[in-house]
Amino acid sequence: MGLLEYIKKIEPDKKKSPLLHTAYDAFFTFAYAPNTVTKSGTHIKDGMDLKRLMVTVVIAMQVCYLFGTYNIGHQHFVAAGEYLGFIEGFHLKLAHGLIKLLPIFVVAHAVGLGIEFYFAAKKGHAVEEGFLVSGALIPLIMPPDIPLWILALSIAFAVIIGKEAFGGTGMNIWNIALLSRVFVFFAYPLTIAGDQVWISGFEKIADGAAVNYGWWHTGFFNSIFEAMGLTTFDTTSTVVNGYSGATPLALAYEGGWEKVTATFSENQMIWGAIPGSIGETSKVLIALGALILIFTRVASWRIMAGMLVGLIGTSWMLNALGSTPFMTVTWTQHLMMGSFLFAMAFMATDPVTASTTNTGKWIYGILIGFIGLIIRVMNPAYPEGWMLAILFLNTFAPTIDYFVIESNIKKRLSRA
Amino acid sequence: MNKLILTLSLSLAANLVTAQSNSSASNLLFFSVAGLCAVLVIWAMFGLASNLMKIEAMKNGIDPEASNIGIFPTMRDFISPRRPRYAKDGSFHHFTKGHDINLAGKPAHKVESMHTTRYAIKPTDFNDMSPIPKVEPEVGADVKAGDILFYDKKRPEIKYCAPISGEIVEVKRGDKRSIAEVIILADKSISFKKVQVPDLNTDRSKLVEFMAENGLWALINERPFDLVPDLDSMPASIFISTFDTAPLAPDNNLIVEGKEAAFQKGLDVLTKLTLGKVHLGLDGRGIAPSVAFSDAQGVAKHWFAGPHPAGNVGVHIHHIAPIKGNDKVWTLPVQNVITIGQMFLTGEYHAERIIALTGAELNEPKYVKTYQGASVADLLKGNIIGENNRIISGDVLSGQQVSEDGFLCFNADQVTVLKEGNDYELFGWLLPLAPRPSVSGTIPSYGTDTEFEATTNTHGEKRAFVVSGQYENLLPMDIYPQHLMKAIITGDIEKMEGLGITELTEEDVALCEFACTSKNPLQSILRDGLNNLKEQL
Repeated sequence: MGLLEYIKKIEPDKKKSPLLHTAYDAFFTFAYAPNTVTKSGTHIKDGMDLKRLMVTVVIAMQVCYLFGTYNIGHQHFVAAGEYLGFIEGFHLKLAHGLIKLLPIFVVAHAVGLGIEFYFAAKKGHAVEEGFLVSGALIPLIMPPDIPLWILALSIAFAVIIGKEAFGGTGMNIWNIALLSRVFVFFAYPLTIAGDQVWISGFEKIADGAAVNYGWWHTGFFNSIFEAMGLTTFDTTSTVVNGYSGATPLALAYEGGWEKVTATFSENQMIWGAIPGSIGETSKVLIALGALILIFTRVASWRIMAGMLVGLIGTSWMLNALGSTPFMTVTWTQHLMMGSFLFAMAFMATDPVTASTTNTGKWIYGILIGFIGLIIRVMNPAYPEGWMLAILFLNTFAPTIDYFVIESNIKKRLSRA
Repeated sequence: MNKLILTLSLSLAANLVTAQSNSSASNLLFFSVAGLCAVLVIWAMFGLASNLMKIEAMKNGIDPEASNIGIFPTMRDFISPRRPRYAKDGSFHHFTKGHDINLAGKPAHKVESMHTTRYAIKPTDFNDMSPIPKVEPEVGADVKAGDILFYDKKRPEIKYCAPISGEIVEVKRGDKRSIAEVIILADKSISFKKVQVPDLNTDRSKLVEFMAENGLWALINERPFDLVPDLDSMPASIFISTFDTAPLAPDNNLIVEGKEAAFQKGLDVLTKLTLGKVHLGLDGRGIAPSVAFSDAQGVAKHWFAGPHPAGNVGVHIHHIAPIKGNDKVWTLPVQNVITIGQMFLTGEYHAERIIALTGAELNEPKYVKTYQGASVADLLKGNIIGENNRIISGDVLSGQQVSEDGFLCFNADQVTVLKEGNDYELFGWLLPLAPRPSVSGTIPSYGTDTEFEATTNTHGEKRAFVVSGQYENLLPMDIYPQHLMKAIITGDIEKMEGLGITELTEEDVALCEFACTSKNPLQSILRDGLNNLKEQL
């Protein structure tokens, strides 16, 4: 136990430097499960704690991370008209993906954890693990070309106004990751709206626009690839003629499923080799993550099932109406497009912001499915509905619970 | 009723859809929506009828949840295991919620007599007892089993009696001179105080007076606040659970062996004390219980199957005759019923207790025959393996920690010895290196036969409530524990009552506390809430 003794020795003083001590404590309890024993109440405790809960969610989305990183690169080269096969130019696509993803990941964690540590030190409690999941989710739902300062601002907004103002982890009303996304969406609509943002690494998405490579591309990776005798980033590449960068949803809005399948095959959409937010394109891998969450009982299957029921029911209704091309899209086709599955698996199931009663979870899920699809199909201003639907239902989750709880209370009182 | 409204609104919505699709859409679509609509309307009609049946049942005093009243079959009707063949009469309840914690250190199935020299009765074992009760015998005086030891000055008529004959050697003081333990050095052979037992058919008040005077009243626990009842208290019903599903719990069938007559006599006495019924909760999990339980006379029998806390008396009360309004319900452990019965059979206070010595830190887990309040050191002498241990009077979920020179609690039927978990574990939250009990799907279960050697480590730090639905999955009651806990923390008395705080006691939420991801102290929160509520009454 030499390591443990050494780590214990460097523990900073709590009174003299509270921030340092908070950070130390966070990392120490990360490395070593503390030696605290039960005092009153049960003498033994379950092996499960909040760290493990959060890390299970993070693990469940790792496959989305791996695929998302590669897909950033893949979409870039598709736009440039090079390496059109999915595994062609593997090293270039991976390198480009990492160049885009890592800064987003680092900034998200530096800003979010920094704020968490600061507030924990100020309030004198241990750092709670909530941001482990938020910090892992945020990069996945951002467009790959997001300016880092906007990202930092959105996270600061979400964590300070959305979480710390309400009292920290477990007290927030809205999902932190979605709050940061909605901040970006409404505060910087010109910078990140439209079809332009889903493809990274170009000046703009227009015929003949030049690539926008930095030192990491031309200096760092190119020299490595040259030394290994591999192909390198070509600074003379341009956007191929006629490439629009439109996502399936944008196409579906214009011309229904036919227009979508004219550009993307169903296979492509299911496996995720399409433009979109970083982590939400591959339906198969998201479903895998959802299964991990359901199997470990970390996320509520009721919410997920409720959302699916809501989506299917609403799409039937819209099919029956059928007045625009988008309304004729069936529910299976809806599942293949956009971020429904990602929202279902990772966003709506956040236990803090969702309904907390079992009945409430069904209602909450069904309403998200209903409202989200209505926004997706009927509202031209918003390309996707789940973010707004979930935030809306986050607001109403306590009200749903209130009625469920009241009925329990009434039932009990009626006995007397 | 809510379901009904939902159904109606759904069918209405479907109607609207049909109306609009008429003009444009294909016939097939119209007919399918119309068909769906018809199904929904029929379903709504059946739902209405079913709900009316339930309301009617409720008016007639039948719990519609317990026995399926209504038109629709519930899932339970298809998948629930059938009532065991040995359960001849009485209702059968099967629970799926809950969890059995399988710990190592189960006692061998035989009872040994054990000579212990010191015994103590602890006033601190009783809620609401004044800190300094009046101790009757002087230090140094000799007492017989059944002699008065002390009484509460607030309620001097209720006497607490010596479990054994011997010499009062010490009155141990705790904080602020409160009395912590009244210690007796036991005689080699026990001698009893002999009393004249009243006829069971005499006046109830005579019976009550006799029981209070001879230490039997203190054996009764009154819910909702877990008190020794007042003498004028009239319980709505009396509940006795004849099986214990807690980790390493003793087997009551072994305990009652040879004392069947006393148990029945005890039940006879209790039936005289309530206007309602005496309810017996029996083990319906598959192994037939002792005939003392299954053939008990004059009581209502109920069979329960399922994981812990299926054996908790609180769960039984909730499903059979839930506490309403200001009602009181009495509960007694099996051995207390036997003590009451033996008094009425022999005129002597037999506080004999069979105690299960359990836990992975014992050389030889076994049952021993001793008396109420026996010294833990005597019971465990030479039996403990390691040094760094915790001794618990009771089970690991809701027992009391006692020091090595401490004594059994008043109602204890078990001692558990656990290893203290006061060591650091590298990445202990991420990789469970040693198997540990858990209800979580993220921790490998190692099969149902694995016996865990649990320690007292908290496996994590206290956090705010994050996970939802976790407690509800472990408590087979129609209660929302997390919302109840929040109501207690915020001091919302009305909501506490509405959410059923009076139906719970520490042992009922103990499993939830064990499983709590945020490591919240539910038992102490609940007790605070009960104390708060009691002050308001």
